[in-house]
Amino acid sequence: MPDTGAQRVLRKEDNRFLTGRGHYTDDFNRQGQAFGVFVRSEMAHARIKSIDTSQAEQAPGVVAVFTGKDMEADGVGSLPCGWTVTDKHGNPHKAPPHWPLARDRVRYVGDHVAFVVAETDAQARDAAELVEVDYEPLDAVVETGKALNGPQVHDEAPDNLCFDWEIGDKQATDDAFAKADRVSKIELVNNRLIPNAIEPRAAIGEYDPGTDEYTLYSTSQNPHLLRLILCAFVLNLPEHKVRVVAPDVGGGFGSKIYCYAEETVCVWASKKLNGRPIKWLATRTEAFQADAHGRDHITTAEMAMDKDGKFLGMRVDTLANLGAYLSNFATAVPTYLYGTLLAGQYKTPAIHGNVKAVFTNTAPVDAYRGAGRPEATYVVERLVERCARDMNMDPAEIRRRNFVQPDEFPYQTPVALTYDSGQYELALDEALKMIDYPNFAQRRQESERKGKLRGIGFSAYIEACGIAPSQVVGALGAGVGLWESAQVRFNATGSISVFTGSHSHGQGHETTFAQMVADKFGTDYNNVDIVHGDTGRIPMGMGTYGSRSLAVGGSAILRACDKVVEKGKKIAAHMLEASVDDIEFDSGTFRVAGTDKTKSIGEIAFAAYVPHDFPQDVEPGLDETAFYDPANFTYPSGVHIAEIEIDPDTGETEIADWVAVDDFGRVINPMIVEGQVHGGIAQGVGQALLENAVYDPDSGQLVTGSYQDYTMPRADDLPSFRVGMTETPCPHNPVGAKGCGEAGAIAAPAALMNAITDALGTEEIQMPATREKVWRLAQQRLAPAAE
Amino acid sequence: MPTVTMTVNGQQVSREVDPRTLLVDFLRNELHLTGTHVGCDTSQCGACVVHVDGTSQKACTMLAMQADGCEITTIEGLAKNGELHPMQAAFKEHHGLQCGFCTPGMVMSAVDLVQRNPDPNEHEVREWLEGNICRCTGYHNIVKAIQHAAKDMRG
Ligand code: FES
Ligand code: FES
Repeated sequence: MPDTGAQRVLRKEDNRFLTGRGHYTDDFNRQGQAFGVFVRSEMAHARIKSIDTSQAEQAPGVVAVFTGKDMEADGVGSLPCGWTVTDKHGNPHKAPPHWPLARDRVRYVGDHVAFVVAETDAQARDAAELVEVDYEPLDAVVETGKALNGPQVHDEAPDNLCFDWEIGDKQATDDAFAKADRVSKIELVNNRLIPNAIEPRAAIGEYDPGTDEYTLYSTSQNPHLLRLILCAFVLNLPEHKVRVVAPDVGGGFGSKIYCYAEETVCVWASKKLNGRPIKWLATRTEAFQADAHGRDHITTAEMAMDKDGKFLGMRVDTLANLGAYLSNFATAVPTYLYGTLLAGQYKTPAIHGNVKAVFTNTAPVDAYRGAGRPEATYVVERLVERCARDMNMDPAEIRRRNFVQPDEFPYQTPVALTYDSGQYELALDEALKMIDYPNFAQRRQESERKGKLRGIGFSAYIEACGIAPSQVVGALGAGVGLWESAQVRFNATGSISVFTGSHSHGQGHETTFAQMVADKFGTDYNNVDIVHGDTGRIPMGMGTYGSRSLAVGGSAILRACDKVVEKGKKIAAHMLEASVDDIEFDSGTFRVAGTDKTKSIGEIAFAAYVPHDFPQDVEPGLDETAFYDPANFTYPSGVHIAEIEIDPDTGETEIADWVAVDDFGRVINPMIVEGQVHGGIAQGVGQALLENAVYDPDSGQLVTGSYQDYTMPRADDLPSFRVGMTETPCPHNPVGAKGCGEAGAIAAPAALMNAITDALGTEEIQMPATREKVWRLAQQRLAPAAE
Repeated sequence: MPTVTMTVNGQQVSREVDPRTLLVDFLRNELHLTGTHVGCDTSQCGACVVHVDGTSQKACTMLAMQADGCEITTIEGLAKNGELHPMQAAFKEHHGLQCGFCTPGMVMSAVDLVQRNPDPNEHEVREWLEGNICRCTGYHNIVKAIQHAAKDMRG
C-alpha cells in the first residue's frame, strides 16, 4: 500500500460545475431529436379497457403514440428483478412481470400507460393530454400494514406476499428469551422516502439504422448494468451494439441505479422511428411518482437481556413494502442488506429476523442511500436505547457493555456476516468527548429554565459496504457479479488515463482516484485523467452504489497500477541492463537496487510506445486492466450523537449540536469524505423530522407529490455538523478503505429520534417527528399529572 | 411570434419566441446556456436562479417576454477573464458542491445575498437559502463558502 496520504485536495471537477459547463443529460441535444412524454396512470389500480390514441396522433407536431400493445407485439421483455430471494420454505419470491408500458392493468399512480413523441416537448405534453384511457377502477391498497389483507395487486402473489423470509436461529433466540431477566420491546415505522436528486431523470435514446447501433444518454449511476439489463432482459439486443453514456449526473442516492421503463422505451421507440433520437425529461412531479422510493417498513423488535444489561437474544419482525412492482434490487434490500445487519455493533449471541415483503399499489421501492442498513440501524439503535431506559442505565454504558471488542475480529455475527475490523469503543469515547457528555445534565437544566425540553440521542451504527464477493452473493441470489474493473493507461507523453467502471454523481472520483494514482506513480495529479460513465470508453463496470467506489473501484485501479509497475520493471531492467529482480520502484522512479541507475516512469512509458530499445519478449504499450472482486464486505462504523432542544410552544425541534465520529478505514481526501458525511446526515435528519411519502389510503393518490407537499430539508432546517474520524483500515482490500457515502443517512435517524424521545419522555412517536406530533407530546409531557 | 431582446452576460440578443416560453427554457434552448438548471416544476428548488437587472430571480417563474429589455447574468457570465468570481472560488475552496446540479442557482443566489448584506451571519445565510434546495451537501459547506466569499467580496 503506497502512502496515499490524507490530503485535502480541491476537486478537479468543480471548475466546470461552478462555471455552468457541466454536461448533464438534458444538456445534450441530438441532431433531429424528437421529444417523448409519458401518459401516466392517474389511478392507483385499474384494468385498462381500451386506449384511444387517435386524437393525440392528430395533434400538432405529433410523430407517434405508443402503447403497451406495440411493445408486446415487438416481444419486449419485462423489467427484471435482479436478486432472487428464497423464502423460508425454500421457494423463490413471487416475480410478477413489470412491463415498460402497462399491458392490461395499471398498479400505481404514475404507472406508464402510453408514450407520445412529438417535435417539441410542449407539443408532446399537449398531445399526451389527448390520449384517452378507458379504465375500470379496481380496489387498491397503499398502506404497508394493510397489504396482506388488501385487494390483490398481482394474481401471481396471493395475499400480496412477495416472500416470507427469515434469518438467524429461531430456537436459540427463543431459548435466550426464556432465560432473560428483562425483555425490552419497541414498535417502529420506517417511513417511505422519495430520493429527490435535484437533477430529474432524463434519457435520450438513439438508434443508428446504418450501423444497427444504439446509444442511450441517461442519468444513470450504473451505465454498464443498465446496458446489461437492456440487452439481456428487456430489449434483447447484442451488448456490443449498445452504448450507454451517463455523463455528469446530478445526484442519485440510489434512485438512478435502476433500469427504468423510461430509458427502455426511448431506446425502443427510436428504432421504431427509424433512428430518430428521442429525448425524455422527467418533471419533478414524475420524479415523485415514478422514481424508486426508499424504506417503508413496519417492525416489532425485542431484546432479551440479563440482569446486567448484556444482550442475550434479539427478535425482529418486519413488514416491508415493495410497491407495485419489483425494481431491480427490491428483494435484496429488506433481506440481505437489512436482516444481516441486525447484530449492529453488538455481541448478541442469538438473533432471529423475519421479513414479510408485500406488494401494494404504490411506486416501486428500491435501494435508497444506505439501502437496508439505515432500516437495520434504526431498529437496533432505537431498541438499544429502549433497553437502556428500561434498565435505567446510561445509554453509552449499555452500548459499551455489549460492543464487539477490537481483539474479537474477524467477528462472526449470528446473522451471516463476518465483520472485518473496528474499534467501536474508541469512536464512542471520542464522540462523548466532543459533545461534552458529562455536562449534558447541566445543559438540560438550563433548557428547562427557559421552558424548553432538551434531549440527547445516540446511534452506534455499522454498515456493510462493497457488497461481495461475487461467489457469495451469487449463492444468495444475486443476478450479477459485484467486482469492479479499471484500466490504467500511460500515454506516450507520460499523462495517465484511468478508465473506471465506478460512476461519479457527486462523489468526486475525478479527484480522489487521481490523487491515488498520482501518489502511486509520483506524478502531478493534474496529469491523471479519470474517465467514467460511458460504456463506449470503459470496457466493463458495475457503477456506484453502496459506498463501493473507493473500496472496490479504487482497489481495481490500484491493482491495475501494480500491473503497470510490473511491466515497467521489465522495460526498465532492459534499458538499465539489469535483472528484473534487481529493479525497485518508488514514487515514479525505477532503480537498480543499491545503485544510482534510474529511469523515470515517464521515460519507461515513452519507451513502451516508441520501443526502439525494448525487451524482445515484452509487448509494446503501457496499458493494464484489472478486475477486483473483494474478499468480503467492508464494515464502516461509528457513533453519532444528536443533542436537541424542543420548544413545547411550537413543537419545533432544534438541533443544538451534532457530533459524528466515523471509521471509514483509510481516507484519501478528508474534505470529500466530510462532505459525504454532511450530506448523509442531512438526508437522515430529513427522514427523522420532515420527509414522508404519503398516499391517500382511499384514493391511492400520492398526496406528497411535489416540493410543496413533501418537505425537503432546507438550509435553515439543519445545523453545522461536527465531524471526527477514527481510522481502522480495511484489512482485506489494497486501499484499506471501507466506504463513507451512506454513513450519515444510516446513523442519523436513530440518533435524532433517540434524542427526541429522550426529551419527550415517551417513545410513542414515529418518523417523521413533525412539529405537530412533537407539540402534542410535549404538551402531554408538561401537562400537570392527571388526578 | 413576438420578439424579445435582452442583454445576456453582456451581449445583446434578440429572438422570436413562443409567448409561453419560460426564461429558463429561453436561456437553455435558444442561447444554449445550459448552466442554468431545471430541478422542479413548482418554483421550489432554486436550481434555475439567474440575475435579472442585478437581483436573483427564479428563471422558471418568469416568461422570456417578461425579461424583454432586461440585463440577465447567468452562471456562465459570472467568471471574468477566466478568473472565478470570489463566490465560485469560495464554493470550490470550501467544497460547497458535490454533484454540481444545484450549484449554479446556489451561487447566483448567494451573490445576490452578499450584494445586499455584505457580512451575513450563519443564520442569515441559512434563511436566505430558503429557496434553494441542495440534496448532496447538507448545506454545511455551502454556508461556510458563502461566509468566506462575503469576506473576500468585502476585500
Ligand atoms: S426549476 Fe426549481 S425553482 Fe426553478
Ligand atoms: S451539489 Fe448536488 S444538489 Fe447540491
